[in-house]
Amino acid sequence: MQKILAEFGNSQKELIHVLHRVQAKFGYIPPEAISEISRHLKITESEICGVLTFYSAFSLEPRGKHTVTVCMGTACHVRGGPKVLEEFERRLEIEAGNTTQDKQFTLETVACLGCCAIGPVVVVDDDYNAQATISKVEQILEKYKKEKKNDQD
Amino acid sequence: MTKIKSIIELKETISQQIKLRNENNKTVLTVSAGTCGRARGSLKVIESLEKIIKEKKLEGKIQVKNTGCHGFCEAEPNIIIQPQNIFYQHVQPKDAESIITETALNNKIIDKLIYSDPVTGQKMPKESDISFYAKQERIVMGDNALIDPTDINDYFAIRGYNSLSTVLKSMNPEDVIETIIASGIRGRGGAGFPTGSKWKFARNAKGDIKYIICNADEGDPGAYMDRSLMEGNPHRVLEGMIIGAYAIGATEGYIYVRMEYPLALKNITIALEQARKLGLLGDAILGSEFNFDINVFKGAGSFVSGEETSLMASIEGRRAQPRQRPPFPAQSGLWGKPTNINNVETWGNIPIIIEKGSDWFAGIGTESSKGTKIFSLVGKIKNTGLVEVPMGITLREIIYDIGGGIPDDKEFKAVQTGGPSGGCIPKEKLDLPVDYKSLSEAGSIMGSGGMIVMDEDTCMVDVARYFLQFTQEESCGKCVPCRIGTRQMVEILSRITKGEGKESDIKKLEELAKTIKSGSLCGLGQTSPNPVLTTLLYFRKEYEDHINNKSCKALACKDLICYYIEPEKCIGCLLCKKSCPVDAIWGKRKEVHVIDHKLCIKCGACFDVCPPKVSAISKYTGKKKEKILKKDSAGKVDK
Repeated sequence: MQKILAEFGNSQKELIHVLHRVQAKFGYIPPEAISEISRHLKITESEICGVLTFYSAFSLEPRGKHTVTVCMGTACHVRGGPKVLEEFERRLEIEAGNTTQDKQFTLETVACLGCCAIGPVVVVDDDYNAQATISKVEQILEKYKKEKKNDQD
Repeated sequence: MTKIKSIIELKETISQQIKLRNENNKTVLTVSAGTCGRARGSLKVIESLEKIIKEKKLEGKIQVKNTGCHGFCEAEPNIIIQPQNIFYQHVQPKDAESIITETALNNKIIDKLIYSDPVTGQKMPKESDISFYAKQERIVMGDNALIDPTDINDYFAIRGYNSLSTVLKSMNPEDVIETIIASGIRGRGGAGFPTGSKWKFARNAKGDIKYIICNADEGDPGAYMDRSLMEGNPHRVLEGMIIGAYAIGATEGYIYVRMEYPLALKNITIALEQARKLGLLGDAILGSEFNFDINVFKGAGSFVSGEETSLMASIEGRRAQPRQRPPFPAQSGLWGKPTNINNVETWGNIPIIIEKGSDWFAGIGTESSKGTKIFSLVGKIKNTGLVEVPMGITLREIIYDIGGGIPDDKEFKAVQTGGPSGGCIPKEKLDLPVDYKSLSEAGSIMGSGGMIVMDEDTCMVDVARYFLQFTQEESCGKCVPCRIGTRQMVEILSRITKGEGKESDIKKLEELAKTIKSGSLCGLGQTSPNPVLTTLLYFRKEYEDHINNKSCKALACKDLICYYIEPEKCIGCLLCKKSCPVDAIWGKRKEVHVIDHKLCIKCGACFDVCPPKVSAISKYTGKKKEKILKKDSAGKVDK
């Protein structure tokens, strides 16, 4: 943590940059990081909590190994995005915003990815899946489940 | 990269790069590789092309250019082969060999990769023939297809940074502002405020430090022109900002890019580093007394941060919550200093206005709306993509002449413009000219340029619910009418789409809309009821149908429909049964299948897989739905 904080200055304007960095490093914002950030930036912990819970980029809980993001933009919506999301929720047995018990998948929605021409769009980690349908959901998940199996082998 | 020390040196660099480009005798394969293109595999196409060029030792003859988005997203991945101007669509890595050996080397056109017009069916091998491009005027977007966005020399080769050299050499800040005012350009981000006047306020504001900001927090769902511009031509945005900073007297700038755009963030950052290394940013730019630098700020996932006062709060490291105006940012903006904020597309227009003159620019468009506007034409449309058109063009021309109309012979129902702040415009208004004034008279707004086409299968009550849910989730919570009012509206709308609407609901929606509009601080709240108000204005009957008849004519609201396998049409092929995720379909091979309505989750998987020739699965709503449910629950079916 100290190493991360050393990259930044000591004022509030650094807060969102610091949070991005911590989120990228740990996959979430650990509670103990908040007090360290507070000391470094000389702002209160409550202020930091206020900011980090405001933005959807930051999470106070660890995320799964893979993040599945389903686009909920208008173009994806009229082309069936919500149905695709429901199918992910059904198959992963979690609601959007949560992580599976085995910590493999975090399911998220995003307001719009700006890839409207190829909607409905599903992004797994950095991998874009164009024109997703309910029947493709299993296929998409299978790919990452297989990876898990191979890892275990 | 060595620093360019003077305006003369910059002019020389530009001429040199133009000369190099003109003297290039190679065949250039330009691959569209923005985010959409990459999602469809354009990087793999590039890899295959480069591999074959290397294997065949053709480096001296053929060159592959990795560019940003060309706008024709429907045809991705696509390639333009220059100088022949041949356009290939839906290119796969396996096509690489024939593209090189047949087309690049022997000018032979590959039939299966040619685009054919969706209306006439005519084959169009040349990019210039394609109807999608014919009515467009691509003054901002067009260069995306000519340059590698990560190579500043490519930008110099299309006269890039020439406007900056003109400004620094022969214009004082007031001249620049007068030129921008005379051009008549208005902000492309949503509100449409005249850009030149905004600059003048910031210029005249008193303050030792002034800031400029590029608002690249393109949050409207369904709009992605700013992403495309940042990915495909980042230096044009930077050049616009540097010119703006000079005119206003700013020393520091910020580009606020939403985090959902990783490629745009990457390309803008690369462009900044190059510009800095060459001395186009930093202290004493090109040997002048003008100092200016730009920081990139990565957003953190919040829609309201696109509102200017929220955006500044976010840069300051706080929650992105709007504040009362006045004072306007031009008087008291970032850290209380005079600040000028413009949108990506606005900044991208600036170098062109300087290069071609304000008269030329003002000659495009209508009396009150000058220049072009980029729209993202998406939804139920044949040619999806980014279209740049002169202001004043009609919706019909955009949707039918450029967009090719609605797919699958469906009927056009409405077009939604302006994102969550905008409205739905019906068929009767298709001949409406697209400009700031006409759109607002129709109850919608220009917004940032999202244009989502809806067909007969789109339920307008559901669309209104979608937008209200969006604004409700994105409301920052500061103003009570917005925070609680939008929630109430979502609840009412959800109830209506579930068939639980009451007769008094419509009136209640109208009352809430009025309160939210007048009781909210920022644009998000003030405009959030627009999607409901326009759908109530143009599609009131759909609301009444949902409430009174429990019927959704578009067959979109899940709770109001049922799926039904027509016994006389079903051939018993098992396709639907296999596709059903909850095993709600019964039946053996070659026997009529039946849906168990108690198990059915109405996902529509069966509907999608039933072969079009058979099309045995229907959707029913209202009284017919009730009849089917009654009939099916009476009969017993063997599993």
